[in-house]
Parts: sequence; structure tokens; C-alpha cells
Amino acid sequence: MLAILKRELSAYFNSAIGYIVLGIFYFFSGLFFFLSCLLSNTSDMSGVFGNMFMIVLLLIPIITMKSFSEEKKQKTDQALLTAPVNLFEIVMGKFLGAFVLYAMCVAIFIVYTLVICCFTAPNWATIFCTIFGMLLLGSALIAIDIFISALTESQVVAAFLSIAVALFISLIDVFTNITNSQFLINCINAISFNRNYLNFTHGILDLSNVVFFVGIAAIFIFLTIRVFEKKRWN
Amino acid sequence: MVEVKNLTKTYGNIKAIDNISFTANSGEVLGFLGPNGAGKSTTMNIITGYLSSTSGQVIVDGSEILESPKETKAKIGYLPEIPPLYPDMTVKSYLEFMFDIKKVKLPKAAHIKEVMAVVQITDVQNRLIKNLSKGYKQRVGFAQALLGNPPVLILDEPTVGLDPKQIIEIRNLIRGLGKKHTVIFSSHVLSEVSAICDRIIVISGGKIVADAKTDELSTVLSGQGQLLLEVEGSSSAVSSAINDVYGVKKVNSLGNNRYAVDYDNTIDIRKGVFRALAKADCPILEMKNGGMTLEESFLHLTENSNKGGKN
Repeated sequence: MLAILKRELSAYFNSAIGYIVLGIFYFFSGLFFFLSCLLSNTSDMSGVFGNMFMIVLLLIPIITMKSFSEEKKQKTDQALLTAPVNLFEIVMGKFLGAFVLYAMCVAIFIVYTLVICCFTAPNWATIFCTIFGMLLLGSALIAIDIFISALTESQVVAAFLSIAVALFISLIDVFTNITNSQFLINCINAISFNRNYLNFTHGILDLSNVVFFVGIAAIFIFLTIRVFEKKRWN
Repeated sequence: MVEVKNLTKTYGNIKAIDNISFTANSGEVLGFLGPNGAGKSTTMNIITGYLSSTSGQVIVDGSEILESPKETKAKIGYLPEIPPLYPDMTVKSYLEFMFDIKKVKLPKAAHIKEVMAVVQITDVQNRLIKNLSKGYKQRVGFAQALLGNPPVLILDEPTVGLDPKQIIEIRNLIRGLGKKHTVIFSSHVLSEVSAICDRIIVISGGKIVADAKTDELSTVLSGQGQLLLEVEGSSSAVSSAINDVYGVKKVNSLGNNRYAVDYDNTIDIRKGVFRALAKADCPILEMKNGGMTLEESFLHLTENSNKGGKN
């Protein structure tokens, strides 16, 4: 697993993808931080974190689009699947590789927090809670997008499908406006990524939100393993 | 060393391989020969655990691939038809990665250096794989299969697309590897398999149609021998004399005092023919073996089985 994780990270930084992802994330988070904290003279970063939701949704498909599609195209999956490692280790290696790159993106918030420290005492609880929430949101999306990448041999198809899923996730809250059924509204709220994420940005650490993201990540890691098992048996 | 028992793989209604059984012994170079699409790669993919069989067993050195996949996979070095290379890595970093995922217990730097020396890629170790020529890529593929000194090597058409010089180099490499490893090697080129292998399995339409030592293959395949003779004397006297010899099936007169004699290949008829013709006072001017060449038998076999498959 560690070997695959190491290879994933070196692949990100041997190509331009690692730098592009870091650049986009740092640029937009910096812009939002400047606009909503520095210009408005506030230490409250919840606005920045709220805006980053959309950026994260659209950025993670770029991180994961190559994960398995490229392996299938180059036939390197044959090397992985005939090596003495099990499927869980392979999929987790890929997942953690993408997660570490994402965590490097999120780490920039430590710098922003230090900037706030220069002016005033930051709200540590909110900041740590939000960074934690952002990592959880990322892990769920990475698992979904790695699953999509395992379905196709084309990284372009993987990227487009992942972005389509991301757009659906961002629009899911809109559906609450078109129904009067309280039951449906509750269901939509329960599976809304935005709602589950926003609690973190307000400094609320709710176990159900944590379970939601961890559960999604676990389900899609499991499904990715199943994709390869099915391929082997068919 | 490698035991394959009643292996079958079906894709929907199509049988890619059909009840294949064979054994590759320790230290043997086994050639897997068959036309394109015969089921060679499918069989190899099942032995290495990339695909699962519909039914049947693969036992490598005592462990079964589905029951103990990790243990079994560690005993096999596999070079698939398209070498599984990451183009964005250097040769050395790629081999280090493969060393890690194969969980090899040997000293890392020394072992990789040794393997690179065996396949002669030491001089390109710091180059990106995408910039290498096809022959070098093939050798890097070889190198990853050799990591960890696995007792069994499975090589799927390792010489396809190489130039003649590279083909000879790769052949010599396989021959050298056969001394230390059990090698199963596939090809659709007959001359190549007969040049390298101790034993040949011919597979066609998903079935094994022949399994024999390389030098015996032609007689085993054809099922009968042929003797070509030039004999002085009347053709009727010669024909009747030879026809009386035990083991002779048919005498064909080719004209010009030449004859082709079909016989049962389990019996050596040469002495009998000599005595019979001496008795009939017909001197033998020339006698030679006219059995089918390896190519002829191979074509004969694979064509026959294809016809059978269509019926």
C-alpha cells in the first residue's frame, strides 16, 4: 500500500497535475481569504470555507481522473493485480495518494490562520473543526471519483463524469424547493453534502456529519474493489 | 512446479479455453504455441491470477491461486503481452516500485542492480521509460518479472514487434533464464518456440491439441512417418516388396524410381525395407526421412481443430 501511495504522489509531481491542483486551490482560497477576511477586517473564516465547497467539488475530479483509468489504458493494472497485494491495498494506496495531495492543498489554511494570528486571536475551535470537515468532504469525494475512474479507460471520460456528479451534488439542495413532502425534504437534507459540510464551517462537530462522509468514502472504496473483482470473474 | 487442471474460462456463451490440463516441471522451458486468439493469453492471465477461471485449478509449487493468491503470486514473475510500464517513471524508480509491491525480501539496491545487469539495461537506468525504444521497454518488462527471483516465469509473446537482432537477444535471455527458473513462454511463431523450448504445447480454439518434446513434436503431431526412397527396378516389384514389410501402410510411386512410403511411426521399418528390397534384387540408391516438417504439422493440427470447432 505504501509503495502505491508513494508512486501516486511521485506521479502527481512528475506531471503538471500536482502543481496545477495546488496552484488552483491556493489561488482561490487566497482570493476568498483576502476578500472575506482581510478586506472586511474579520477573523471569521467561515465564509472562506463555505466558498471553497464548490472549488473542492470541481478540483477533486482533476486529482482522481487518472487513478485507475490510466492504469487500465497502459495495462499497468496487470502488474498491480498479479503482484502479491490484495485489492484493498491497491485501492487504499490510490485513495491515500489522492488524499495526501488534497491534504497538502488544505494545509494552506494553517498559513491563513497564522496571518490572522498577526492581528488577533483566531477562533481555534472553528478553524480546526472546519479543516477537519474539509478533509472529510474531500475523502468522500475522492472515493466517489476513484470509483468513477475505475469504470473507464479514458481519463477524460472519468473527469467529465466526476464533474457531472459534482454538479449534481452541488445542486441537490435545490430539490427541497420543488417538493412539499417533509419526508423527501428530510431525505434530501440528510444526503446533502453542502448541509453536512456547513455545520463544520460554523464550528459544530456533529457525529452524524462525520459518519456521513466516512460512510460515503467507505462505500465507494468497497464498490471500487468490487469493480475489479467483477472484472476478474467475468 | 506449475500444475493446471481442467481449466475452463467462458465469456458469456464463448469458451475462451476449454478444459485445459498440463504440467510444467521444474527447470523446464515450456512453449505455448497457437494461432492468435487461441487462448494463450487467457490461460496465462488465469495462471498469474489476473483473471479467474470459470472452473479448474492452478497450482504453483504446491499453492493454489484462488485459495492463497498472495503466496502463489509471489512465486510467479509475469511479463504480459504489453509490458506493464509507467511511462512517466525512470527505469530505476519503476523497478524500485515493483520491488516494493512484490514485497521482495532481498537487499533492494543490490538485487535491482543484479537484475538490470542480467537484462542489460544498466546504461538506461536513469532514463524515463517513455523515451526508451521498444526493445528496451521489453527488457524493462523482463526485469520486473525477474524481481525477487521467482521460481516460475510466465512470458506472453515476449518477442512480438522486436527487430531480428532484439529477437535473438531475447531468445538467448530466455534460454539463460530456463536454467534457473521454470519458464512458460507463449508465441505464435513456431520456429521461435522450437528454438527455445524443451517442450511444446500446441493450443488451438481453446483446447490443447498436442503436448510433446520439441524434437518429437512432428512425429507426434502427424501420427505417421514417411520414408522417401529411390530404388532401381520395376515399380511393381518394388511396391510389392515394400508392401510386405511389417509396419508399412501405403506405398506411393512418385515416378522416376522414387517412392514415398507411409508407415506407423511406432515402428522403425528401415531395416525391413532394406532386407525386402535386397531380397527382390532392387538396390536402394537413396533412403531418407520425409516426415512432415514442424510447420506442416502445426498448420495441419490447428486447421483441423478449427474445422472441428466450427462444426
